[in-house]
Amino acid sequence: MATVYAFVAHSDGVLDDSAAELAAAAKKFTDAPVTAIVTGSGVDAAAAKAAELFPAVWKIDAAELAYPNAEVVRKALLNNLDAGAVVLMAHNTFGMDLAPGLAVKIGGAFVADVVDIEGADGDTLKVIRQEFGGVVSTHVTVDMSAGAVVTIRPGAVAPLEGAAGGAVEDKAAGDVSAKRKFIEVREPEAGDVDITKAEVLVSIGRGIEDQDNIELAHELAKAIGSQAEVACSRPIVDAKWMDASRQVGTSGKTVKPKVYLAMGISGSFQHMGGIKGGVIIAVNKNPNAPIFQVANVGIEADILEFIPELTEALGEL
Amino acid sequence: MEILVCVKRVPDTAENEIELNSAGNDIERDDLVYSVNEWDNYAVEEAIQIVDKVGGTVTVVTVGDEDADEVLRREMAMGAQNGILLNDEAFEDSDAMGIATLLKAAAEKGKYDLIMTGAQADAGYAAVGGMLAAMMDLPYASLVNMVEVGDGKLTVGREIEGGNQEINEIELPCVLSIQTGINEPRYVGIKGIRQVSGIEIPEFDAAGLGVDPATVGAAGAKTKRVDYFIPETGEGAEMLTGSTEEIIAKLIDIMKANGGLK
Ligand SMILES: Cc1cc2nc3c(=O)[nH]c(=O)nc-3n(C[C@H](O)[C@H](O)[C@H](O)COP(=O)(O)OP(=O)(O)OC[C@H]3O[C@@H](n4cnc5c(N)ncnc54)[C@H](O)[C@@H]3O)c2cc1C
Ligand SMILES: Nc1ncnc2c1ncn2[C@@H]1O[C@H](COP(=O)(O)O)[C@@H](O)[C@H]1O
Repeated sequence: MATVYAFVAHSDGVLDDSAAELAAAAKKFTDAPVTAIVTGSGVDAAAAKAAELFPAVWKIDAAELAYPNAEVVRKALLNNLDAGAVVLMAHNTFGMDLAPGLAVKIGGAFVADVVDIEGADGDTLKVIRQEFGGVVSTHVTVDMSAGAVVTIRPGAVAPLEGAAGGAVEDKAAGDVSAKRKFIEVREPEAGDVDITKAEVLVSIGRGIEDQDNIELAHELAKAIGSQAEVACSRPIVDAKWMDASRQVGTSGKTVKPKVYLAMGISGSFQHMGGIKGGVIIAVNKNPNAPIFQVANVGIEADILEFIPELTEALGEL
Repeated sequence: MEILVCVKRVPDTAENEIELNSAGNDIERDDLVYSVNEWDNYAVEEAIQIVDKVGGTVTVVTVGDEDADEVLRREMAMGAQNGILLNDEAFEDSDAMGIATLLKAAAEKGKYDLIMTGAQADAGYAAVGGMLAAMMDLPYASLVNMVEVGDGKLTVGREIEGGNQEINEIELPCVLSIQTGINEPRYVGIKGIRQVSGIEIPEFDAAGLGVDPATVGAAGAKTKRVDYFIPETGEGAEMLTGSTEEIIAKLIDIMKANGGLK
């Protein structure tokens, strides 16, 4: 097997959680030393951190890499990687931007959003991933003989612990001229409520079916008390039924309530990725909904009937 | 602006519960209801809106069998002028690289300023757009939730973590993958679909595309799905059972015990 690399994301000298997860993922299929790649501008601190996790680190430090523009980073990587390289990275918004094109340019295979690695048999990598928003899982084989790019779902693989004490090697970025130019990052506008402060969230998903039914969630939140707010999954925001400031998930808010009531939400990793604490209670009419695998408490019910009944019962307390 | 939008016909998870078949190695495919991939609908809407503003045409293309004709027509009823079907037994079980190879061949039969895909489809790869761009040596931006047309370039917003938006300038021609929520896709009625039923949709097989069948489909796939399965879960949720009153009583106890009810 060719050399295995892990592209390590970081900001302000702090490694992304995915770094230790990539180190662990690599261990699942190779005993050979894995080289971390750290790109950016002024990234000594991040490279030193990466060296605690990986036996070798490439540091590609250049002004053009100050912001991770996928096209620029891809060029910097290709100017350094050997043919047949196997590259791991996180399946986040940057990984989605960079990884598929990198696989094409390496000439290798590509597999995305891997949730577990079973191992490698020669050049054949065996991974587990999911389809249809997590409803079913699949075993997938990946022919790595001409290299591969593998993206790993954030949070799916338990992070590696322990000190590797690797050496940092400087690498030149080379020509990184690009047809895509990064301008700026715009932050979302503040909404009418701050769901990150609520102790209880009544969170509704596509199962609410109709805009008119959203009122049911507001009535339930009112019956619970002033500690409760209404939140939602992404399709509700996409449909413009609720403000984006109420969306929970990787592309929305990260919340930490005491109680999270997931009503008619299937449990995609992008949604669950935004819930960082508390007891998760899922109400879903499909007993096979993936959310029942990750929630603490499950109730198989139609939310359009269940929510009003719960509201009524709370009113009688 | 000449725009090509790649669309895929997928099982509609809002209309079906996806389940394993009795053999436990595939999903149950009988009686599945299909529709256009959610993300692709936003891409087609965005393309139509751009053409409404600056002129041009929208062409939709899919790799699929005869049944995929219906999703092309649906998107044409939305306002796409042309459809292209890429259909050959040799295309079956293509991995994302294979799909991108076919779409590239189709794209090179025309002259497009802009190519759009959905951010991701049913298998959650989020790959085809980025691959197509790299194969065609075009710039690429994924997860686009805002497009402004400029002179020879676009200003695009990419959705990144935490609801932040990353603004980029990107030279034309380019490839964009479109994120849901960028617009409100228009409604398509039966009538609209009937109106486009007569339009001829050109179809290409491997020979017609000039693609070596060995590089696509199962033959060319380096990434292969072996089976479908339901994982044995760890703990899983504690399921509350009983009558609705009993369930609600237990739920209220749990909420109280966790500090959710005062
Ligand atoms: C880059 C990226 C970022 C994303 N970021 C986010 C994010 O931040 N937040 C987010 O939420 N999503 C995000 N998504 C989308 C995510 O992948 C899922 O598509 C989304 O979370 C699904 O929302 P849902 O569970 O409400 O809908 P669905 O997956 O459609 O699930 C609806 C559920 O409701 C159940 N149901 C239907 N009717 C009823 C009823 N009457 N009673 C009870 N149950 C019912 C169904 O069984 C089903 O389980 C992102 C996607 C991408 C690609
Ligand atoms: N069979 C197909 N035919 C046409 N376009 C496709 C096909 N499969 C995927 N795509 C496009 O690629 C996007 C991303 O899909 P994926 O990479 O499979 O997650 C989809 O939203 C479509 O725009």
